[in-house]
Amino acid sequence: MNAPVINTSPAVSDEVRKTTCYMCACRCGINVHMKSGKVSYIEGNRDHPVNKGVLCAKGASGIMQVTAPSRLQQPLRRVGPRGSGAFEPISWDEALELAVSWMKPLRETAPEKLAFFTGRDQSQSFTGWWAQAFGTPNYAAHGGFCSVNMAAGGIYTIGGAFWEFGQPDWDRTKLFVMFGVAEDHDSNPIKMGLGKLKARGARVIGVNPIRTGYNAIADDWYGITPGTDGLLILSLLHCLLQAGKVDLDYLARWTNAPLLVNATEGPEKGLILKNAESQPFVIDKRTGAPAPWDGKGVQPDLGATWQGHRTVFQHMAERYLSPDYAPEAVATRCGIPAARIRALAAELADVAFNQAIEIKQPWTDFRGDTHKTMLGRPVSFHAMRGISAHSNGFQTARALHLLQIVLGTVETPGGYRFKPPYPKPVEAHPTPHFVTAPGKPLSGPHLGYVRGPEQLALKDDGTPARIDKAFTWENPFSAHGLMHMLIPNAHAGDPYRIDTLFLYMANMAWNSSMNTTKVMQMLTDKDADGEYIIPRIIYCDAYASEMVAYADLILPDTTYLERHDCISLLDRPISEPDAAGDSIRWPVTAPDRDVRGFQSVLLDLGARLGLAPMVNPDGSAKFKDYADYIQNHIRRPGVGPLIGFRGADGDQEGRGDANPAQIAAYIENGGFYQAHVPQEGRFFKPWNMAYQNWAVQTSFYESPQPYLFNIWSEPMRKFQLAAEGHGPIQPPDHLRARLIQAMDPLPVWYPPFGDLEASGWGYPVHALTQRPMDMYHSWGSQNAWLRQIRGRNFLYVPTKIWEAESFKDGDYARVSSPNGGITVPVAHMAALNENTVWTWNAIGKRKGAWALDDDAPEANQGFLLNHLISELLPEKGDGMRYSNSDPVTGQAAWFDLRVRIENVGPKDHATPDFAPIPRVVPQGKDRA
Amino acid sequence: MTQLPTHTDKKLGLAIDLDTCVGCQACVTACKGWNDQGYGAALSDQNPYGADPYGTFLNRVHSYQVQPDIGAAQIINFPRSCLHCEDAPCVTVCPTGASYKRTEDGIVLVNEDACIGCGLCAWACPYGARELDQAAGVMKKCTLCVDRIYNENLPEEDREPACVRTCPTGARHFGDFADPDSKVSKLVAERGGYDLMPDLKTKPTNKYLPPRKKDIPQEASLLAPLLDIQATGFAGWLDKVLGKLG
Amino acid sequence: MKPAPSVILFTVLSGMGFGLLAFLGAGFVQPVGWLAFFHWGLGYGLAVGGLAASTFHLGNPQRALKAFTQWQTSWLSREAWASVLTLVLLAPVALSDWLGLGWPRVTGLIGAVACFGTVFTTSMIYAQIAAVPRWNNWTVPAMFVSFELTGGALLSGQVLPALIGCSALILALYAHKTKGDVAFAKRGQTLGKATGLDQVGSATVFEQPHTSPNYLMREMIYVVARKHIARLWPIAFGAAAILPAVLVVLLPYHLLTFALAALIHLMGAAASRWLFFAQAEHVVGLYYGQR
Repeated sequence: MNAPVINTSPAVSDEVRKTTCYMCACRCGINVHMKSGKVSYIEGNRDHPVNKGVLCAKGASGIMQVTAPSRLQQPLRRVGPRGSGAFEPISWDEALELAVSWMKPLRETAPEKLAFFTGRDQSQSFTGWWAQAFGTPNYAAHGGFCSVNMAAGGIYTIGGAFWEFGQPDWDRTKLFVMFGVAEDHDSNPIKMGLGKLKARGARVIGVNPIRTGYNAIADDWYGITPGTDGLLILSLLHCLLQAGKVDLDYLARWTNAPLLVNATEGPEKGLILKNAESQPFVIDKRTGAPAPWDGKGVQPDLGATWQGHRTVFQHMAERYLSPDYAPEAVATRCGIPAARIRALAAELADVAFNQAIEIKQPWTDFRGDTHKTMLGRPVSFHAMRGISAHSNGFQTARALHLLQIVLGTVETPGGYRFKPPYPKPVEAHPTPHFVTAPGKPLSGPHLGYVRGPEQLALKDDGTPARIDKAFTWENPFSAHGLMHMLIPNAHAGDPYRIDTLFLYMANMAWNSSMNTTKVMQMLTDKDADGEYIIPRIIYCDAYASEMVAYADLILPDTTYLERHDCISLLDRPISEPDAAGDSIRWPVTAPDRDVRGFQSVLLDLGARLGLAPMVNPDGSAKFKDYADYIQNHIRRPGVGPLIGFRGADGDQEGRGDANPAQIAAYIENGGFYQAHVPQEGRFFKPWNMAYQNWAVQTSFYESPQPYLFNIWSEPMRKFQLAAEGHGPIQPPDHLRARLIQAMDPLPVWYPPFGDLEASGWGYPVHALTQRPMDMYHSWGSQNAWLRQIRGRNFLYVPTKIWEAESFKDGDYARVSSPNGGITVPVAHMAALNENTVWTWNAIGKRKGAWALDDDAPEANQGFLLNHLISELLPEKGDGMRYSNSDPVTGQAAWFDLRVRIENVGPKDHATPDFAPIPRVVPQGKDRA
Repeated sequence: MTQLPTHTDKKLGLAIDLDTCVGCQACVTACKGWNDQGYGAALSDQNPYGADPYGTFLNRVHSYQVQPDIGAAQIINFPRSCLHCEDAPCVTVCPTGASYKRTEDGIVLVNEDACIGCGLCAWACPYGARELDQAAGVMKKCTLCVDRIYNENLPEEDREPACVRTCPTGARHFGDFADPDSKVSKLVAERGGYDLMPDLKTKPTNKYLPPRKKDIPQEASLLAPLLDIQATGFAGWLDKVLGKLG
Repeated sequence: MKPAPSVILFTVLSGMGFGLLAFLGAGFVQPVGWLAFFHWGLGYGLAVGGLAASTFHLGNPQRALKAFTQWQTSWLSREAWASVLTLVLLAPVALSDWLGLGWPRVTGLIGAVACFGTVFTTSMIYAQIAAVPRWNNWTVPAMFVSFELTGGALLSGQVLPALIGCSALILALYAHKTKGDVAFAKRGQTLGKATGLDQVGSATVFEQPHTSPNYLMREMIYVVARKHIARLWPIAFGAAAILPAVLVVLLPYHLLTFALAALIHLMGAAASRWLFFAQAEHVVGLYYGQR
């Protein structure tokens, strides 16, 4: 035997540069290996809080993203008709001056005529700040068509939600239940968490119409009917209440269950009863008399009735004990047998109450009461778009949080844990700002949390102040805006016409829009004068997406390895339950094209426009580039975009002066920073003074913000009151009934809107999309590795429909909805709710985009469901067409889609089959 | 050299947990990325932006649908790569000695300098572990990251295959199956790890840990109502419930 | 398995070539002078041409010499040695015939045996592969050697051996087909067994690991042209064995008769070899739910 001698210790690379991934929104830490000045290999950063060394299929393929032939090369100006692909290269100076020549007059006359929406932006605290300085009310990112129900439902209920807000206590939980979780958000942390549970043999339950991915490894699967999760949850609550399996101590101490609901008829009815000092109060069991809600030693009585006013607890219990929520009453609608619902309730109760855990850690609450230990109820939950992208998604998210609360698991060991800067109740968030004045900045941030009708973004005449109609009676709590309504509203001139549409990283001409065909038309439609109805479109992206061809001015962005970014605690941080965290991106490689990082471009534009925070007194640019801003911008005294290495010496955490060497310190530290929660403050955060004081010190609050969880939501009740006719600010009559239903102060379930009507019209099948774990929206198609794994998609059809339609492999289906039809390839799937079909999201591409061959499978057999989904619901009896959104938040109700399926036999390509979009970059050939 | 060693000092390989794999494909591209720049020729891609991109990958993740006799259908994700067989048929068929099994650790490797690219070893492998790179014309296969696991330029904790290091769920375990006390040996013993196609007598080193039994209800007995609410009314329920607080 | 033209050409031509060389070496025909040159030339040409064709499918043919090193384990390496040794062994007889040197023919006899040995090694390259059940049995060497015998007999104008060859070939083809048709099923491998998921239930493919083709699918999961199979088998039997036998018996004993018979046989051999590959199912196809 003479085996060849091989070098088992080759040099791995010349250098490792640690930065942050951007192959999706997870923001994992990556080690970028460099050989001879080029990126040679990308792996996860073991020290990084988000991914602890692991990396997903996308992240490990980043090297193909940085070399993708679809990268835009230089600024381009449209010279032919819009959408014709006729562009000419221009210099950055020309490009920026052109943009300024469009924007400056708007700012000076009508700032709202600039609509600035930033898609999959990870710098919203910066882009929002820019838009605020410009003075337009029309700013948001993509949350409205993504998962605002989940975020807002959580904030309004517990002061946090899933993903960036909080997560299961993976190390201690014994039972984990996922609702509607596809591989969409928080992907590596969820996978890592599931791995921990599996390694321990902890139990995992999936509630999802589709059993793929995480649900595939669930120990038990509930193949629920889409849109009925809320009903199932309320039925679980029914079972728990009926059996008395609720954490009464937890409810009494940490929630508004013991507060009294005003029973007096009139404008205050249903609001939380307040004392003379306008403070809510409880009835103390020791005395039977009113006592402060936050008084030391007070023992709130959940069963109190005081002067006819009953506690929230009683209202809640009475509602869900109703036979309407009995498993037998909901089983058919949920598609889950009653016995299974009862079994799930029993499991939850068993783990929460019979398998409780305890950590021997004394702590002191905000009332001044001390506790010797931390009692944990090791049941945890997770949910994202699956339950939130329905028109009942907000209330469903609230219901899920109510279930967590009733089991006493939130912020206890083994349950759900907040990640700093959360917990953060509604009161700690801003309200929306929208009042414009020519030449002036907006008075405050655009997006916020509405407490009552007086905060709606309505003009004096009652019409919407924002182009997307966020914060109006149609969707009062639209905390993330409604990006999916932007183009349709701008096209319809409703509520008003705009001049310049400024978009960043949002593929609105394709997979990010409902009703894609129509949207493409809206972008090119002209009015009677021959002018484009949307007069100007500026688009910024790094890649030749479907949207690029519709721009008048293209500002090419860098790839994620060529730029500065900051993942800020002012924005969407990367904290863990035990530590606040933020991070940066930095140019680990230099662009080889004439492109610039978008944020630096915005700062340049801001300086050229003379926006106050971006210029020095002498009118010169205040920030050289985004890196300069990251280090030197001061949001509040001592508080900037990054919490680490603050102060001149770089030794301050949370608060401190700007540090000119801050980015260097972050790079040295692996690209991120963590501020650790003190041991005593790690659980019960909303009420734990050790946490509250640390949060103030670390800059999340200016003063401690203890609060009670909102089982009963007073802001919601205020909208119901208005709809009932109380108060000076009144909704239009046609919305009253809908508001009364949707703004119920207790979590409620109603059938999804689109669902209800469409089923009656002969569209019996639910149709869903899921994001695959190896693709992020459109981006995967340009990736030479990922597109080999998933270059086309199928419509997955359950056995019942497969057999009824006599489908065979190779067949196509005609799929119709009230909005139109598509013809697409099918495949069989047995592990699927029997009335649901689904496909992978955004695999279908338009010919000519992403530098792909016209014959690419993505553009021929690949398809989108978007064509079937309208941004408006079908006309109702009253002649109104409501937006296809949640009535509370305006979240796009993607998953309300109902369809009809017919077998049309074998075909060779999907329809609609659009003409190739003109290329703005040449078709890709070989790998770089 | 294509004679198989009668004994290897170690039996390095992977234990792949089918109960934990979510089918995320992370191992697939981590492997592609590492081996594109690691041992031997790069893993080329033909027509990468064209109608039928065609590239070399050393690890692929299948997804199967399984219908048990009783209960709902399941989806099981199934990573597939070289199993580093003890009786590796791919080695003995090689005419040039390019394919060999290392005596020290049992890793099956291709010495690319000796490979003529005849493809016979890929035919001989029942598991589809080998792909002939179309640009280099040599046979590529999983090396168990032989250029990582002993690499002194890597921190100790990184001396494991790229697929194992990246796996977000920890479904892939690397270790020495010759050592009964190793993590992988114990996992196989505890979880009933099994061989693929044992009747072909290839004696794979890699083992698969089977999915745990699914859709079995927990033992928690159903919740008994506190009392008959219909009879007592809500007030009765409330008293009963709150009486417990005392 | 992919019926690559280079491999079909290689096995068919070299088989015929070694067949002809065997008859020449054994002295069934003993042409002299230029006639000998052409006979031996044809034999050498087919054998060497076939071997040369086999290098077309190599990724790195420049290293082909290394294929001589692993004769202890590798049938492919053994084939390399066997073919070279055979060609060398026969060379003196060939020279002697051509140039009329009158050298002893004993190396020719040994060479004739070696010709069959060479084709046997070729056949074992396939027959050894347990992962392809259709190949993994004795019918493969039987068929290859029968082809060699028939092809050699026809090219060397030997009526009786040709008839014996054709008969053997009919039997071998029949045995290979019937045994092959059930071989995969007999092995008992299914998707469930190959993955071990039969422990859970009945397994089918949900999603392929990649929507793009790969080497395995193109090389070993060749399903595209299976629709031709039913038509090709009669052609294989008819053209490779039955028709040549009939021609040789019915037509006058003439060069043209044998040329025609050999040509038809060649077509039949090619068809049968195409079927040999195209019908062979590799167990890796189980993982893809395709065979």
